[in-house]
Amino acid sequence: MGTIWFCLVALMIAIYVLLDGFDLGAGAIHLLVAKTDTERRQVLASIGPVWDGNEVWLLAAGGTLYFAFPALYASGFSGFYLPLMMVLWLLILRGSSIEFRNHIKSAVWRPLWDFLFSASSLLLAVFLGAALANVVRGVPLDSSGYFFEPLWTDFRLGEETGILDWYTILVGVLTLLALMMHGALWVQLKTRGPVNERARNFCWRVWWGVVALTAIVTGASFQVQPQIKENFVTWPFGIVLPLLAVTGLAGVAVELGKRAERRAFFASCLYLVGMLTSVVFGVYPMVLPARNPLYSLTVDGAKAGAYGLKVGIIWWSAGMILAAGYFTFVYRSFAGKVEVDPDSNGHD
Amino acid sequence: MNEALSVHRLHFAFTVTFHYIFPQLTMGLALLLVYLKTKALRTGDEHWNRAARFWARIFGINFALGVVTGIPMEFQFGTNWAVFSKTAGGVIGQTLAMEGVFSFFLESSFLGLFLFGEKKLGRIGHWWAAFFVWLGSWLSGFFIVATDAWMQHPVGYRLGPNGEIELASFWGLLLNKWALWQYVHTMLGAVQTGCFVMAAVGAFYLLTSRHEAYGRTFVRSGVLVGVVAAVLQLFPSGDAQGKMIAQNQPTTLAAMEGLFSTQDGAPLAILGQPDVKKRMLDNPLVVPNMLSFLTYRKWKANVRGLEAFPENEWPDQIALLYFSYHVMVGLGTIFIAVLVVAAFMLWMGKLYKSRWMLWVLMLSVPLPYIANTAGWMTAELGRQPWLIYGLMRTAQGVSPRVGAGNAWFTLIGFMGMYSVLAMLWLLLVYREIEQGPGPDDEESREIVGVAVAAD
Repeated sequence: MGTIWFCLVALMIAIYVLLDGFDLGAGAIHLLVAKTDTERRQVLASIGPVWDGNEVWLLAAGGTLYFAFPALYASGFSGFYLPLMMVLWLLILRGSSIEFRNHIKSAVWRPLWDFLFSASSLLLAVFLGAALANVVRGVPLDSSGYFFEPLWTDFRLGEETGILDWYTILVGVLTLLALMMHGALWVQLKTRGPVNERARNFCWRVWWGVVALTAIVTGASFQVQPQIKENFVTWPFGIVLPLLAVTGLAGVAVELGKRAERRAFFASCLYLVGMLTSVVFGVYPMVLPARNPLYSLTVDGAKAGAYGLKVGIIWWSAGMILAAGYFTFVYRSFAGKVEVDPDSNGHD
Repeated sequence: MNEALSVHRLHFAFTVTFHYIFPQLTMGLALLLVYLKTKALRTGDEHWNRAARFWARIFGINFALGVVTGIPMEFQFGTNWAVFSKTAGGVIGQTLAMEGVFSFFLESSFLGLFLFGEKKLGRIGHWWAAFFVWLGSWLSGFFIVATDAWMQHPVGYRLGPNGEIELASFWGLLLNKWALWQYVHTMLGAVQTGCFVMAAVGAFYLLTSRHEAYGRTFVRSGVLVGVVAAVLQLFPSGDAQGKMIAQNQPTTLAAMEGLFSTQDGAPLAILGQPDVKKRMLDNPLVVPNMLSFLTYRKWKANVRGLEAFPENEWPDQIALLYFSYHVMVGLGTIFIAVLVVAAFMLWMGKLYKSRWMLWVLMLSVPLPYIANTAGWMTAELGRQPWLIYGLMRTAQGVSPRVGAGNAWFTLIGFMGMYSVLAMLWLLLVYREIEQGPGPDDEESREIVGVAVAAD
């Protein structure tokens, strides 16, 4: 039962990354691909009706993690206290920017919110990547089952680690580039004209960076977390997961060359899913590895009582079927390229 | 009390109090929006649709702020209250996860369609969008109240081998008697905020002679729905809530009422400041025997005062608890008076011309916010010193590794950020009210999500 919930939470996080990933990425490249007010409204319109729903996957995944693995939620959230609070501030800033921007048409109001929207999206991508890297690297858990990490210590992988060290920064940057690529592919898919062209050109440039960093981070991860190699040796079929990522990344280049916008976006989805599932596969059965392996939190050590997990399966499945229905409906009503009237002032 | 514990408590109290400014309005307005859309559907009169569009814009601003300030609440259980989360997560994680899965997906999907999709969805489709937004927000309220109710009155659990609290009965958790009454009380409070805001905007338009047709609609809708909610809030809702506290949290009842000594025929304190050291009320103004009657329906019934309980089980903020409760009840009484008079004048056909009554309605707008906040303070301060009543003390639940320094750092950060949000909120809502629901505003509406409409 614990392993089932481990997979379900991983699934929800993967959906979160695919969906909110493109709107975070679109935010990070907002100022680069859109110059005029009309162009910026095009980028915002491409994520407008869906970004909020996408973000709900983070909350739903968090809630599910909470009831299925209370010990992990408690230990992880209090240990990552500082970066999580900053993620919250960035989420507040980002949500407010999207909501407030169009209310007032002014040469000081809109550029300010555009900048804050872009900066908060960019930093969120880096922070989420660094958080994932902390889980891979392991945290200074001790026998109490708790830990606390300052933002940084000496940037090395010693016993007293901070949130940021060379490895987690590296993964943060990779995450930013990968989500920028993902976001650019989404913007390309949803827009026409100069924004579409710029997004496409940006994709080409960032693709090389993603390839290079993916190779470096993969190598580093095997060094940093020995469990990954162990798992791939024990269950060799796991190799399909990194292969998915490689296929996806190659697919992005191929489809981009053919100007197949929709297929290029889905190739990027494949890449992200491949990367995430590789990580999850690599650390299982740990849910939060410790720097000292003795104190690592495992699926069995962190899971909730059996009755709660069983009841949860029933309502969770029902809820997910409903959610899939809403999302299909919303994305369908929103299909096709966005149209923004350049003459309208965009005030709501 | 150690410093870190105080800061963590203040951290949660501050962020949740600020957050609840927004949902109390959106939950109340969601109901009123369904009312306006129903009227539009039934009468076919565009007036109601324009009124609904106006309130949808104000709803949108408040909803967005409710979302962004709500996310920190779910995180803080883990970040600041880790031991509590680890111990009780198997139970309250259920309701919190259900909120995400059943209400947030519903709300976020249909809110976009409701705000941007009126043309595309058509009349009936748009009514359903409003309905689902209402349903989502009221479900969300239920899951949160059920979570708090379990902390007030834990049921449906068993203790696991390592002291963790496990879920033993799913329906026991959801149908907790405490949750049902607390939910009714909370939602009636939210409806009153929605009604007072709507009536106040209407009164503002009538007093300034602008958008007068809408002004009348808003005043009438706010007063009529509001008077029903205000009366039900007293009885049966408030009455049942009080009896539940008397039965299950007698220490809390004594502290709320400022009753220090056990007595037959206990008085109800209307005014007076508790002096906890001397165990008495200063300059008390009381109604003799009233507390006994309200609690047990007998004038001479025995009510236990604080002295009947060990001091380490007393709430730690007795004076603040006493005032929160009295402010809530006092304002609730004023709401009934104001709304009953307003409804009577409406019936006599005099309300729209009565400037003094319109002034009263307009100036009342902060009061329901204060009453709702005071009500939650009564519930949460009243539960102290327990985090889970009878099972876990607040001091035991805090994150062991997050010190006062880091907690102050993030609390100050939230205070700064929320001050800015509060100013933006007032600015943007005031602009919408200034602009008003003018008759020619259904064109030229173009927001981020225009594609839904244009598609």
